[in-house]
Parts: sequence; C-alpha cells; structure tokens
Amino acid sequence: MKAVVVIFPGSNRERDVCAALALVTGHEPVRVWHRDATLPETDLIVLPGGFAYGDYLRCGAMAAHSPIMREVRDRAAKGTPILGICNGFQILTEAGMLPGALLPNRLLRFTCRDVHLRVETNQTIFTCGYEVGQTIRVPVAHHDGNYTADHDTLDRLEDRGLVAFRYCGPNGDLSEAGNFNGSAHAIAGIFNNSHTVLGLMPHLEDAVDPLLGGTDGRAFFEGLVGALQ
Amino acid sequence: MKGGSNVTPALAAEHGLTEEEFERAVGILGHTPNMTELGIFAAMWSEHCSYKSSKVWLKTLPTTGPRVICGPGENAGVVDIGDGDAVVFKIESHNHPSFIEPYQGAATGVGGILRDVFTMGARPIAILDSLRFGSPDHPRTRHLLAGVVAGVGGYGNCVGVPTVGGECEFHPCYDGNILVNAMCVGIARADRIFYSAAAGPGNPVIYVGAKTGRDGIHGATMASAEFSSDAGEKRPTVQVGDPFTEKLLIEACLELMEGDAIVAIQDMGAAGLTSSAVEMAGKGGLGVELDLDRVPRREIGMSAYEIMLSESQERMLMILRPGSEIDARRIFAKWELDFAVIGRVTETGRLVLRMNGEIAADIPVEPLVNAAPVYQRPWRCRQPEPEIDPASLPDRDPLECLRCLVASPTLASKRWIWEQYDHLVMGNTVKRPGGDAAVVRVSAEGKALALATDCTPRYCRADPARGGAQAVAESWRNLTAVGAEPLALTDNMNFGNPERPEIMGEFAGAIEGMREACLALDYPVVSGNVSLYNETNGSAILPTPVIGGVGLVVNVRNVVDLALKRDGDALILIGATNGHLGCSLYLREIECREAGPPPPVDLAAERRNGDFVRGVIRDGHAVACHDLSDGGLLAAVAEMAMKGGRGAVLDSLPPDLPRNAYLFGEDQARYIVETADPDTVLEAARAAGVPAHVIGAAGGVALTLPGAGAISVDALRAANEAWLPDYMAQA
Repeated sequence: MKAVVVIFPGSNRERDVCAALALVTGHEPVRVWHRDATLPETDLIVLPGGFAYGDYLRCGAMAAHSPIMREVRDRAAKGTPILGICNGFQILTEAGMLPGALLPNRLLRFTCRDVHLRVETNQTIFTCGYEVGQTIRVPVAHHDGNYTADHDTLDRLEDRGLVAFRYCGPNGDLSEAGNFNGSAHAIAGIFNNSHTVLGLMPHLEDAVDPLLGGTDGRAFFEGLVGALQ
Repeated sequence: MKGGSNVTPALAAEHGLTEEEFERAVGILGHTPNMTELGIFAAMWSEHCSYKSSKVWLKTLPTTGPRVICGPGENAGVVDIGDGDAVVFKIESHNHPSFIEPYQGAATGVGGILRDVFTMGARPIAILDSLRFGSPDHPRTRHLLAGVVAGVGGYGNCVGVPTVGGECEFHPCYDGNILVNAMCVGIARADRIFYSAAAGPGNPVIYVGAKTGRDGIHGATMASAEFSSDAGEKRPTVQVGDPFTEKLLIEACLELMEGDAIVAIQDMGAAGLTSSAVEMAGKGGLGVELDLDRVPRREIGMSAYEIMLSESQERMLMILRPGSEIDARRIFAKWELDFAVIGRVTETGRLVLRMNGEIAADIPVEPLVNAAPVYQRPWRCRQPEPEIDPASLPDRDPLECLRCLVASPTLASKRWIWEQYDHLVMGNTVKRPGGDAAVVRVSAEGKALALATDCTPRYCRADPARGGAQAVAESWRNLTAVGAEPLALTDNMNFGNPERPEIMGEFAGAIEGMREACLALDYPVVSGNVSLYNETNGSAILPTPVIGGVGLVVNVRNVVDLALKRDGDALILIGATNGHLGCSLYLREIECREAGPPPPVDLAAERRNGDFVRGVIRDGHAVACHDLSDGGLLAAVAEMAMKGGRGAVLDSLPPDLPRNAYLFGEDQARYIVETADPDTVLEAARAAGVPAHVIGAAGGVALTLPGAGAISVDALRAANEAWLPDYMAQA
C-alpha cells in the first residue's frame, strides 16, 4: 500500500500520520510538497493536520487553492481515496470536495483533549476496522471544528450514510455534553458520495500507541491499509 | 559620519543610560554618539541585554557537569542525553509585554524561546509555560489570563510544538505585573550544535525570516524599567507574532543546518539586529559591517536607528561559508522567506553600519560588549519570620479544609488552560499536563525527557535562600517522581527593582539557595533569563525564581504518574514529617495568614530520598508516585485519588503532631508511593536510611480519614475542576 502525505507550508501533524501509517504498513509514506504539480502513483492521499498558510483568511482557504489541490481533485475524481484530517478536513470543505464548513468551536476556544466518537458505518474502506455503533476514544486538537451545513445537505448526509463519526459520551450516547464543539448532528467526520473521500476533525493518528494514552485509532489505519492492499 | 551629534545626557537618560554610563560610551567612541549609536549603547547596556545588576551573582551558580555540552551564554543550554543526542533548552520571560498586550506578549514570548532553541540546531519538541497573575478579584486578571493563554496556545499550536506543562498561580503582588515565562525544549545531534560566534573575516552576513518593521522598538529598554500606571501607553513597543512565519523559519533553518553552510547563527530577539550582530561579532572577537539598505523592510522611510532597534519577530542572522549562499537562498525561497546578504565579517573589531551611502554608526565591539557596566548593587537581608506553632492554630475539620484547598486558585485544576494548548502534536506526549512532570518520548527505542517548571514565591519572599533552594529541590523532585534522572535546569529570575537593597537581597539570597541545591543535587544551571524591575508604582512582585527542569528517562515504559491504580495497594510516605505549617498554603488559604518561615530544605535528605524513590520506580515496585508540595500530605493523596478516580483510606494519624500540621504541613523531601509490595519497599528504605512508612491504602470511592469521616473522590474532583472554568465564565 502506497500513501502520499501532502505537505503545505504550515502543516504540522504530518509526522503523526506518517508514524501511524508506518506502524501499520511497515514503511514511511511519501511526502509531497504543495508546490509540486504532480503526484506519484498512490493508493491513498492524506491531507494532514496543521495550520496551512497559517490558516490566515479562513482555515484551509488558501491551501484549497494551492497548485497540488488540482491534482488531488483529479485523483479523487478517478477514485483515489483521500483522507483529510483536521486542517485537511477544513481544506477539503474549502476546496468543495466535501460539503459544509467548519466554524469556530462553540466555546470559541482551541480544544485539545480526548473525546468519544461513535462509528456510524463500517461499510467503507476507512471505517471497516470498526463495528457499527462502536465507541472509540481519540484526541481532538482544533479551534474550528464546529461542522455546519444547510438542512438539505445534512439530510443528504444522513440519508446516504455519509456520516462517518459522531461525537458522543463515553457510552456512545449522543448527548449535548459529548458534542463539545457544537457540530450539527454531532458530526465529527463525513464522506463524499462514493465514500472515497473522508474528512474528520479528530486525530486518530495520535491514538495508535498504548504509551500515548490509547490505541482506538489503530483499527482505523489497519482497516484502511487492509482494504487498500 | 553625518554632521555633529545633538545627543545630550538628557536624551541618553531617556534611553535609560545613567550619566556615568553615557560618559563611558562617549569615552569608548571618542566622541558624542549619534542617535543610532546612542540607541545601540542603550540597548546593549540595558538590564535586559547586559545583566548588569545580576551578573556578579549569576556567576556563582554551578553550570558544569559531565553531561553539559554548553552552559549559559549561548542561545540555550545543551546537555548530552546519550546515543549521540543532546537536549537543548531555555526559559525566558515576556512579563512586561504580556501585561500590556496579553495575547501578543505571550505569543511572541513563545516565538522567542522557540528561536533560541532551533537557532542551536535543535528541533523544538516541547513548550512549557509558567504563569503568575494577580488576585482573581482584580478587575484585569480574567482578561490577562484569557489573553495570555490564548496567546501561548495561538503560537504553539500553530507552529506544531506541543505545550506539555507549566504552572499557573495567583497572588495580589502580580496585580500590576504578571509573569509569563516560556520554556522550550529541543533535540539535536550532539555533534551538530550551532553557535553564535562570528568567524572568518570576509564571510557573508545573512538576514533571513520576516521583514523588519517599526514594531517593538525599545522592547529591551521597556523590559528594564518599572511600570507606572500609564503602562498601556507602551503598547506600540509590544511586538506582533506570526507563528506561521516561525514555522517556516524552523523548517528552513533545520533544512539548511543539515548541510555545512552555517558558520554561526543567532536569532534576533531583544534589541533585534543590534544585539544579534554585536553578540556574534563580540563572541568571535571580530567586526561586522552591515549595509542597512539591504535589510528587508516592510515599512518605508525607516531610519538606521529604527532598523537597528526594531524587535520585529521571526528573524535570524547567519554567517555562511563563502560560496554557500546560492544553496542557502534556494532553501529559504522554497519556504517563501526573505534571504538577504546584508554585510560581511571584518577583522576591524568594529560594528560599522552603512546607509544611504553614509556611515550611520561605527562602534568598537569589544568595549561595547565587555565594558558594559556591571553593578555590585547594595543588598539587605529581610528579618527572618518567627516560627508558627501549629498547636496555636485552631483544630479544624481536615476534610472541609481539604475541600477548600483543592478548590483554591493555587491547587485548582488548570485543565481550562492546558486544554487550549495542543499538548499532543508530534505524537510523543507520554505523560500529559496535570502531573508532577510531563514526559515526552524522544526516540523510538523509548528514551524520553521529563519536564517541569517550579517555584514557590511565598517561600522566596519569607526566606529567599530557603525559597531558592526549595524551588530547585522541588523541580528535582518532580522529575524524580515520574522516574526520571534530573539532568540540568534553566532558571527565570523574576524580581523587582534591583536598585532597592531589599530586592537585591531577595535576588542574592535566592541565588545562594539555588547554588547550594544545584551543587547538592548535581543539577547544574545551563541557561536562563533575568527579568528585573517587575514593579508597578513601586510595589514589587514576590521574588519568583522559576526553575525549568529537564530529566532523562532511559526507558519510557518505566515511568509512573500520580494516578492511584489498584484497590488494596499500600500508600507509603517517603521522607520525614514534622508538621511545618509556616508559609504553607494551609496557613494562607484556611487561616488567611501569610506568615512564618518556609519549611527547612535538607538537601542531603532530598538527595537520599529522591535517589531512593527513583530506584523504587526503576525496579518496578511503584505503580504511582507523587511529590508532596503545596497542601502537604492530604493534598497529595487527594490529587492521586482525583487523577486515578479511586479513593484511599488513611491509617490512624500519629499522636505526636496536631492533626492538621501532619496532614497539611509542607515538610520537604517527601513523596507518596503506591505499591503492591510494601514489605520490599520498606525493607529497601530501611537499608538506605530513608524514612518510610505505610500511611494507608488505595481503594473505594472516597478519601477516608480515621476519626474525621470521608469525602467522595467525585466531590473532590468537582471542587477541583470547577474553580477555574467558573471563574473564567464570570463576565
């Protein structure tokens, strides 16, 4: 399985996702600089977390117009899986590759902590390592993760099974307290129509090592790598 | 040189130079300085840059050791951690700017300390912040706290370096002068450390990073004077940070450092281009010629004076090997950063600045650096506080006192703060904020660093020497409590006006205590920062020598934290308990008295007990460990219970001490260890001559005291977690 991680100026969680992929695949993914016009052949493209272009203007807004994003869009159209994590999710929404937008968290503060997620579907290459309804505990670290979309879009996401993860309580309950950033429908991650593009705010890549406080993200990468092999 | 100078002693005084200092500058130049030269002298001879009041004392601190690669004097300290790796670290204050403009002041404090570390060739891997604010009741405290925390987070989160620890305290003495100290820790190859001494006459001097603007002019002189109530008018001297540019600068510098292009490198911090150029030339015993027309600027019409004294952020000065400019330029172009050859190294020993075809300044470097004033300021010791007899205090319900203490601003959970910091990015945070020390992994094989910041200012006020020793000892203890071997420390000396003998007495005393503790614990000082004049309208802060400690963990799988792990495990108290309540948190919060001497610091006992505890952890006999500090024994047990979500039952209390003296006394050199194998630990303690006895057992859902009832862990947690968010939610 070959993976490419796109580095924008200001990306800062590329190390974390590269380490998680290397743990599962046994080799480091290829890192591609944002100004490269072409991407190598790959089974997976990752847009990592960070503050691309300083998140100036709006989170992800400038990166969405970076030269490499034309190529990412083309590959997505051809079916290459795309994974956007945190800032990567913001970039995918700004690029129009996923619907909706990520507004500032409800309490208007950057929040770094472990949260609980409910897995909404496992019929995708990304989530096949989990059971449907499974509750996992993974970290978040963002200021703008409050997912927002219009009614029609939210209905479409729900009807077509395009919600990947929802924030929840420790027992999987969809409580107001679990939805710490105020996202619509407690959405933490969504797919495109073909389930080949996933954007999510939580950092599953920071939950793969028992020494670092949890391994609930590991099944995500194992499932994904298994599906792409 | 442009015309005659109209610089007068009065103008020099406005720049913070005394009459005597001005005359010395005139003597060095052989003529009256022009404005640019005056600005350079004033900046270099400011307290902030010259350490003129503190130097004679700082020199007495131990700074060497078998592992020390580079002690104070460079951008940061460097310590060998084996396998060819080195840890590079330093702490620095940004107190005055943060009081004026909390977000930018704190943010640029983080930016500056990051640069100190990556300048030396290290990749920053952790940030810690040691914060002190005024009384929670003061009208500005909430605003300052919110702004500072957002600023630290805004910068650290964006550059992608985890903020893993720190501390936050409140006291009315900081009402008009908060403390914002930021520490950065980085990792480098031990044989790839970069220094700042210029070398090679003819070598090009390169400016990289952000453009120069008019922000921050006189930052160093502002940091060297007391505040008056018009401090807000100094807002224009606060710099503005751009963490995005810093991130690019980190990556570009580290990429360039992989090759051999760099001869010397120095970040532009306080006093900007002035101090970086002068320090590089001074350390190399050479001269530097700069063409100021080539300095990248973002404002038009800037004078030589403004260019030299600007404290615009995210800038570096480098000296490159000749011929390497093209490759270096390519790297900085990739990261979209300015790169300009602005001068060259010379053999003249002079700092020569050219602008608009004229010489804007011409100063001999050696006397500018070495003839800087050094003051042996008069100092006076405070009268020692009379002892507090614990038997004279009322016997209060201990669990009610505990509930108050864990909800007090000092002990209350700081989760509201550290959840705003990305403490996980880089994927190596093994022990997160909220424990004795943070633990960050530095190698795949499991090597890690333990990191903590510590100071107990109320001890330092009551007895500066004892307080200085205690700060060092507590830092050493916090690293020990997770199982780390303390390596070295960085110190941030925050004090009032050194021209007042009682303040200088606090400084001298604290240094003396620190020195003794560093020697006894083999814990040298490898870097640091001095922040004086922390006063507003003549009222000084508590003396606050913050210690940033770094410890080595050989195998990260062996570290422990303070969370109680298993019902039935024994809790063993290590160290002697005498019930010292003088200067304690109990006395302040419960009896509303700030009185008495701080607890004695027995450095031999610290050493013996700490070495013992580290061995117990290393041998796998401890599943949890916590050092005893603010609030004493009962606060420590409560913290272990809250962290573990598990209760504890204490055995009957010793009859020879008033119970609250036993439970809340702050005797030093103590730890609590949770173990399933108490016999082994007690036997080993006996053999090592270390006081140790079982004080109770973990288990249940409450903290139970014989004869005093119980309090549920949930109730403790609720009180401990609620205070700060509730406080910040009050508009």
